[in-house]
Amino acid sequence: MKTLIVGLTLLVTGWLAQPAMAQSLINGAGATFPYPIYSKWFDEYAKVDPEARFNYQSIGSGGGIKQITARTVDFGATDGPMTDEQLKQAPSPLIHIPTVLGAVVATYNLPGNPALKFTPDVLADIFLGKITKWNDPRIVGANPGIALPDQPIVLVHRSDGSGTTYIWVDYLSKVSPEWQQKVGRGTSVNWPVGLGGKGNEGVSGQVKNTPGALGYVELAYAVKNKLPVASIKNAAGKFIEPTIQTTTAAAAGAAKNMPADFRVSLTNAPGDDAYPVASFTWLLVYRDQPNEAKGRTIVKFLWWMSHEGQRYADDLLYAPLPTQVVKQIEGTIKEITYQGKPVMAAR
Amino acid sequence: MPNALARGTGGPVTGLSLSSADVRARAAPANLGDRILRVVLRGAALSLVLLVVGMVAEMLLRATPAIRAFGFSFLYTSTWDPVAERFGAVPFVFGTLVSSLLALLIAVPLGLGAAIYLAELAPRWMRSPMAFLVELVAAVPSVVYGLWGIFVLAPLLRTWVQPALGKTLGFLPLFQGPPYGVGMLAAGIILAIMVVPFITAVGREVLLAVPNTQREAALALGATRWETTRIAVLRYGRSGLIGAILLGLGRALGETMAVTMVIGNRPEVAMSLFAPGYTMASVIANEFSEATSDLYLAALVEIGLLLLVVTVIVNGFARLLVWSVGGAVKAARE
Amino acid sequence: MKASARRCVNVAMSAATALAAGLVVLPLLLVFGFLMYQGVMALNVGFFTQLPKPVGEVGGGMANAIVGTLILVSLAACLGLPLGILGGLYLAESRDRRLPWIARFLADVLNGVPSIVIGIFAYGVAVLPFRRFSALAGGFALAIIMLPIVIRTSEELVRLVPSSMREAALALGIPEWKVLLRIVLPTARAGIITGVMVAVARVAGETAPLLFTAFGNRFWHQGLDQPIAALPLQIFAYAISPYDDWHRQAWAGALVLIGMVFVVSLAARVVTSGRFTGVR
Repeated sequence: MKTLIVGLTLLVTGWLAQPAMAQSLINGAGATFPYPIYSKWFDEYAKVDPEARFNYQSIGSGGGIKQITARTVDFGATDGPMTDEQLKQAPSPLIHIPTVLGAVVATYNLPGNPALKFTPDVLADIFLGKITKWNDPRIVGANPGIALPDQPIVLVHRSDGSGTTYIWVDYLSKVSPEWQQKVGRGTSVNWPVGLGGKGNEGVSGQVKNTPGALGYVELAYAVKNKLPVASIKNAAGKFIEPTIQTTTAAAAGAAKNMPADFRVSLTNAPGDDAYPVASFTWLLVYRDQPNEAKGRTIVKFLWWMSHEGQRYADDLLYAPLPTQVVKQIEGTIKEITYQGKPVMAAR
Repeated sequence: MPNALARGTGGPVTGLSLSSADVRARAAPANLGDRILRVVLRGAALSLVLLVVGMVAEMLLRATPAIRAFGFSFLYTSTWDPVAERFGAVPFVFGTLVSSLLALLIAVPLGLGAAIYLAELAPRWMRSPMAFLVELVAAVPSVVYGLWGIFVLAPLLRTWVQPALGKTLGFLPLFQGPPYGVGMLAAGIILAIMVVPFITAVGREVLLAVPNTQREAALALGATRWETTRIAVLRYGRSGLIGAILLGLGRALGETMAVTMVIGNRPEVAMSLFAPGYTMASVIANEFSEATSDLYLAALVEIGLLLLVVTVIVNGFARLLVWSVGGAVKAARE
Repeated sequence: MKASARRCVNVAMSAATALAAGLVVLPLLLVFGFLMYQGVMALNVGFFTQLPKPVGEVGGGMANAIVGTLILVSLAACLGLPLGILGGLYLAESRDRRLPWIARFLADVLNGVPSIVIGIFAYGVAVLPFRRFSALAGGFALAIIMLPIVIRTSEELVRLVPSSMREAALALGIPEWKVLLRIVLPTARAGIITGVMVAVARVAGETAPLLFTAFGNRFWHQGLDQPIAALPLQIFAYAISPYDDWHRQAWAGALVLIGMVFVVSLAARVVTSGRFTGVR
């Protein structure tokens, strides 16, 4: 009797362990910033190409960079472009492909969810730990008429290696020389104050659960969780709310002078309507693909993503790529090779 | 001793006496089957040895860049700066020690009390079922405790406990600072919950190992149940109980998920229990898959190595102490 | 001290220790109760049969994670059991001088190693060289965690087999290896199975070592050399997310996980009860 049970269990397990369906599984990892739209895309693309299965784990941009460099995944995703040193560590050239534009917002948890305004220096000083209370005169000064409580600001930042962090500190470095000197930029920095949350999910979760909290997250996360977002004063001196339009406005200038490798920073962009903390987010793939079938699927997906995929951006509060950028991406996709031959044949 | 009996044709194999240690001849096995089994078994033991040695070696290898870059300063630097590539283990060692000690503070009285109850004072019908329940508490996965910690414990601390503590004991630096809910206090409490069943289970076994003669002697002298326990059992099993506590400590030091979910993830040494902190296990869990530079990864592996060394030492001590009670009992019997 | 005072102390201490015991068991009720309360609502057929939905969309389930955990645990058992049982047999039967001592010591060391450290090792050995996260790497990590438990239980159980059985078999002329494999092991089998179940219950809930080995997967597993979803991983990811629906699913997942662990623990207990009286 016992042997029968044991035998059956082994059989069932063995059967379960068989691959569910003969499909090519493409593994990717990286940024949590675009995770909502990536997961939508992968879901939709499975309908376009039922043979393709994209498994994406949002472990943070740092993780994306690390895992694609180690080749343990087929593609990476990051919102902080790889530095030259990081690119050198990769065994073969990696290319950045922009996918969408997003905004990193300051979100908070205060009674009544007032609409707050922040100036760059106030934000920097809050994150430097110099402003510690909500009713600090400098915050009150920028927000006349709003009753701010006499409560400590519970700052929440990322505990993992994050492109969202990169975008945020890139902005802070541009607007605050003290930040630039003391902390600097990176996907993981030495935060002067604050709690750490894992992923955009973790930070928005913390902010949502902690009265008096202030954190930075991608716009979609704040809105989906009904958290308020602050307006920030941009380079032109106007207080701008993060929306799809203002994000797109931030990219307007950069689109014209896009470098060939797409690594560009959009923070503190010029322009009246530009939201100051916007950024592209990129997929990282090897220019020379190691596997032909996977390479073909990836290339086809990239093409779909930069054309048909863009119409899903709006709903999820990301801004679609400017048309010039899409044209440039087409050229780059055609450069992806397998063993020297372009994967994308005649298109 | 030559074995006159041929291979596998029957007759007892010499040298196989199991009951007395002095007649242990080490004759070569008579037949192929025995030899094969001997090789296979030795191989299994050797693989175990290889595994553990290999593990330490592999980690040492990966940690080398950090060891070479920082040397001993790793142990007393408290900066953790991935941008400047300056790493020091102090905040994590501090966090691990403080959260574990806090956990022990809560868990030891409870655990020992429960062990005494289950081994000595509880009514007989209750002993087995309760012991099983304690086992179940130990069996709950860490991530489930973490889940409970985020959604039940942290809000509780944030809304009720921390403000109350701050108002009454706020003059002590231990209880100062804004009530985040998550932080060292939450981590300590969750660790206590996770560690207490270990202390209870091992403590109970230690107490059960104390020979009955001790109890009977005390009872014969007219002691009450509690006095019997105190005089005869506890004193006898003292080292074993300390061992049980150390085992609990060993468990607390290495606990990862539940702590990561409630400690606040801030690499900083702070005096207050309300402040967020970071432990060695948590920083590895959070940052390992994302350490973008070799030095960063090596620093994390070095922290893992540190954790390994500390837990091995603590557990080693613990085992020694626990065995000493059992060993003394065996010696007394023979 | 007067007799009445001593009696008072006796009662007081009994009460205090009883209280302690109650407090030790209390979290079980609190956690389990909370899980039931929060999780039961999210438990529906869909939970057990569907895959996770895209971020932010309501619905979906953890079917792949449940199956993933089962697969990972089975893999760990396949890798860890043979080595563990043989190791335990060696420790119980060998007459070598130093190796048993070293092996036993190292098994104890391994038992105390935090699972996250084992995860680091498994990443270096089973993920990096093969350039992929995989179910096998996850199973490997879990097997290492299982190993010391299985070794120790097997050794204890084999030692407990009465020498009279062994001596009788040997007196009949059965070679030693047959005695061990055909008589000693089967006798100890029930206890060993218990040890295995305890190890399985422990390993099913492990999250940390899977973080950098199994990696997680939104879909059904694609083969043992591919990333795979696991229940604890999924619970962790959902728990720290801001989506209420995911929180609910995390509770449900935790309920399922704790249910699996408890059932196995209970079964292990039932198997041992009455089998070896006077063993403990």
